[in-house]
Amino acid sequence: MNRFEYIRPASVAEAVGAAAQPGSAYLAGGTNLLDLMKVGAYRPERVVDITRLQGLDRIDWRPDGGVRIGALVRNSDLASDARFRKTYPAVAEALLSGASPQLRNAATVGGNLLQRTRCPYFFDLASACNRRTPGSGCDARLGENRLHAVLGWSEHCIATHPSDFCVPLAALDAVVEVEGPDGAREIAVEALYPLPGATPERETALTPGELILAIRLPAEATAVSRNARYLKVRDRTSYAFAVVSAAAALELDGGVIRKARLALGGVAARPWRAWDAEAALAGAPASADAFARAADLALAEARPSGENAFKIELARRLVVRVLQQALEGTPEAMPALPASPFALTSGASHAA
Amino acid sequence: MSLSISFNINGQPRTVELDDPRITLLDLLRERLALTGAKKGCDRGQCGACTVLVDGRRINSCLALAVSLDGAAVTTIEGLADGERLHPVQAAFIAHDGFQCGFCTPGQIMSAVGLLAEGQAGDDPERIRELMSGNICRCGAYRGITEAVLDAQKALDGSNRENAA
Repeated sequence: MNRFEYIRPASVAEAVGAAAQPGSAYLAGGTNLLDLMKVGAYRPERVVDITRLQGLDRIDWRPDGGVRIGALVRNSDLASDARFRKTYPAVAEALLSGASPQLRNAATVGGNLLQRTRCPYFFDLASACNRRTPGSGCDARLGENRLHAVLGWSEHCIATHPSDFCVPLAALDAVVEVEGPDGAREIAVEALYPLPGATPERETALTPGELILAIRLPAEATAVSRNARYLKVRDRTSYAFAVVSAAAALELDGGVIRKARLALGGVAARPWRAWDAEAALAGAPASADAFARAADLALAEARPSGENAFKIELARRLVVRVLQQALEGTPEAMPALPASPFALTSGASHAA
Repeated sequence: MSLSISFNINGQPRTVELDDPRITLLDLLRERLALTGAKKGCDRGQCGACTVLVDGRRINSCLALAVSLDGAAVTTIEGLADGERLHPVQAAFIAHDGFQCGFCTPGQIMSAVGLLAEGQAGDDPERIRELMSGNICRCGAYRGITEAVLDAQKALDGSNRENAA
């Protein structure tokens, strides 16, 4: 790990001021930052510890029924909050499908959104990586790339965003509240992640010094609380990043879909909102045919970036499955294996 | 630059002068405070051998900067037993052969103590396996570990009932 200056600001204004200087990094839970610093993939000169900032660790319910989640709320605390679990079940399920209990206890929701790709070439200093070192090339293109992107990638970068949490957030129209040197603004979660294009080093829409203060989920998204799921295919049963994941939520009117929400994870450098599929599902009967058509539309522009063509078909099948499970209904209790497609009975309670 | 930080470690207040902000909680425990129960396995948050409780919650001590935890209460495996009397989770690991070589065991036990405090597993072995997934055992003692956690859960339920009566 490189040497750095440690700063513990007393206010958001102080934090933003300190972090606006080049070479600065915010420290919250540290679970991703320290990992990156230990291997030297990230070498900040200044670490701004925001864990003591007041008021950023609260879950506030708004009068309209939506929620504002402080950036320093720990992943585990949000996932175990009874009202949150009931209101936004797919988000809680996604959180519990990510990392391990120890990591979820330390990691904050703001940090979850800003975690870096797990592309092994990004971590390996001996490899070329345009995201880590602009202009150096991309060794993943001809390397070990079965887990890389199939949507929105470029010749410059084929990395995926690893967060589970941000997939249902994108599907439910979550926004982040940001404070920066030029004031406050809001950014939709989906828009927080630019596609790589020719500038993959630009990993988020945040400018230097900008700090996420909170994540907001709108009241409208509570209309799908009873028909919302997150499913995640992993290389092992638990404690692994997604090969492909999907969040789906339905507003139903009898057997007809009034509104559908659908996003994919593990397929692109951002949580991938399937807008065309959602449009096709709106007003359609909630049927296997409609779900299959939605899956085709969601992956219509997908193409392999290497030895990962299997992910396209896997994502199609997962879309059908997650829509089917959303139709069957949100489980009464959190499944024992959250988001696992291998749970014994879909949509059924595994409560002891 | 010297940073003075204070912890409560296993019930004892400790003040430590850090000459470098890079030191992790794990390195502080092992190298400066001679508490070598928490193990450095992967040092990347992947194996769980370094698990300790911070303010009652289990975390990977290898991924926490000590300076950031100024003021925290830390419990390590050394602080679990009451004198010669083992913690119920320690006793259950012995009773169920929840280990072989023992390297991962302090982390497994601290993780299990954290799991029981979280109260999300009940007596469902599938939930226990899922919630112990952050602790790897390369000897493959998982069966004994799951049985030990189930047993410790029962022991704690029993003592809670006694206390309530």
